Amino acid sequence: MAPEKELVQLIGFWGSPYVLSVRWALKLKGIEYEYHEENLLKKSPLLLQYNPVYKKVPVLLHNGKPLVESLMIIQYIDETWKQNPLQPQDPYERAKTLFWAKFAHEKCIAPMVSSFFKIGEEQEKCVKEACEHLRTLESALEEGKRFFGGETIGFVDIAAAWMGCWARIIEEILSVKLIDEEKMPRLIAWFSNVVEVPALKECMPPTQNLLEHNIKFRKFLVAAAERLQSVPLTGN
Amino acid sequence: MAEVKLYGWWSSPFTHRIEVALKLKGVEYEFISEDVRNKSPSLLKYNPVLKKIPVLVHNGKPICESLVILEYIDETWEVGPSLLPKDPYERAMVRFWAKLLDEKCFPAMRNAFLSIGEEQEKAKEESTELLKFLEGTLSGNKFFGGDTIGMVDIVANFISYWFIIVQELAGLQVLTKEKFPKLCEWMDEYLNSDIIRENLPHKDKLTAIYQARFLDAAAANAAVAGGGGSPK
Repeated sequence: MAPEKELVQLIGFWGSPYVLSVRWALKLKGIEYEYHEENLLKKSPLLLQYNPVYKKVPVLLHNGKPLVESLMIIQYIDETWKQNPLQPQDPYERAKTLFWAKFAHEKCIAPMVSSFFKIGEEQEKCVKEACEHLRTLESALEEGKRFFGGETIGFVDIAAAWMGCWARIIEEILSVKLIDEEKMPRLIAWFSNVVEVPALKECMPPTQNLLEHNIKFRKFLVAAAERLQSVPLTGN
Repeated sequence: MAEVKLYGWWSSPFTHRIEVALKLKGVEYEFISEDVRNKSPSLLKYNPVLKKIPVLVHNGKPICESLVILEYIDETWEVGPSLLPKDPYERAMVRFWAKLLDEKCFPAMRNAFLSIGEEQEKAKEESTELLKFLEGTLSGNKFFGGDTIGMVDIVANFISYWFIIVQELAGLQVLTKEKFPKLCEWMDEYLNSDIIRENLPHKDKLTAIYQARFLDAAAANAAVAGGGGSPK
């Protein structure tokens, strides 16, 4: 049982999908929290203090204790607040959801995001890799099921279904193809099923704002192309 | 038919993690050797997505990815020592360090061994920075898990044994007693603890395969530097 006085704070960036996934988890659990917007171009001492290793958002503070990395934060939220469980109770089913959430992050989202920071052949390689793994994720989704695990929203949905929106933005800005309508119908339906859940839709930043922000960001990256490094502005 | 099967390879630190976890829990299992250069139909059936070892198969159901397997073992067999703490915040810390070890430390330390020149210098610096973080978490404790071995100790296995071997082969001075006294103490404790000591891969055999890899990498690096061909 959670103690009477709970202080939950989230350090984030409005345009970060990783921050969004944590907000989704907090929303579904009905947890009240304070939100602190971070300027990623000028990171606050607070962020650097609470996340000295990665220096990224999101950072969740629970009664002053920091948690980092979105998947781990969501697991923590699920284990601390027991209402509306996001992960299955059965250890095998839980292992499966953890596997697919990590797969979605490491194999689909990571190359997708990398492609945004690259040009030419390296970008093509990232796009190809993302597409290959998206096809695998497609095959993991079951026909006719609304969400990844069935009819109730869960861990993999919160952790990864936002990637549909960001994939479309990347496609538009880079003029590449990530989501294949013919080969990925289940993925497309899944993306939509999750983001259309009213509680989750409320948290989504307007697509137009995301597009404008990322167009500017891409211009900045292209201008610095010679010294292109991984700039973790979208968190983890 | 064995209830628990582990598909793995004798020299892999990732496989070794699972063996240690199963032994700590007193779980009997059948070890099935998988040479990843020649993957068996069983491996491809149980891990069709990533096609890698280790894979744990429990009552016919496969679990893949060592960090996922470790959590599964801890939750399924509640006898024996806990690999993860019960408190959600402490569990989150364990997961944080495990992820850092696998996603950052392992690749940096592998690159420090296999690359040359500027790339190697960068990898050595990165490894050192990461090891400093690890050194900092060991304040006063025998293990990362406290008084007993836990998941972080098991995941950090490659530092304690595999990296020490390759460090010597490559003539590196990344992980030394002077720079990392607590980590070196931890290594001694870890390697000398019962289950670990009895189950390490044979040092000479391991040295031989990493020596071969080191020579291959050196040849490939030389070929690239000399413009004589493409690296492996």
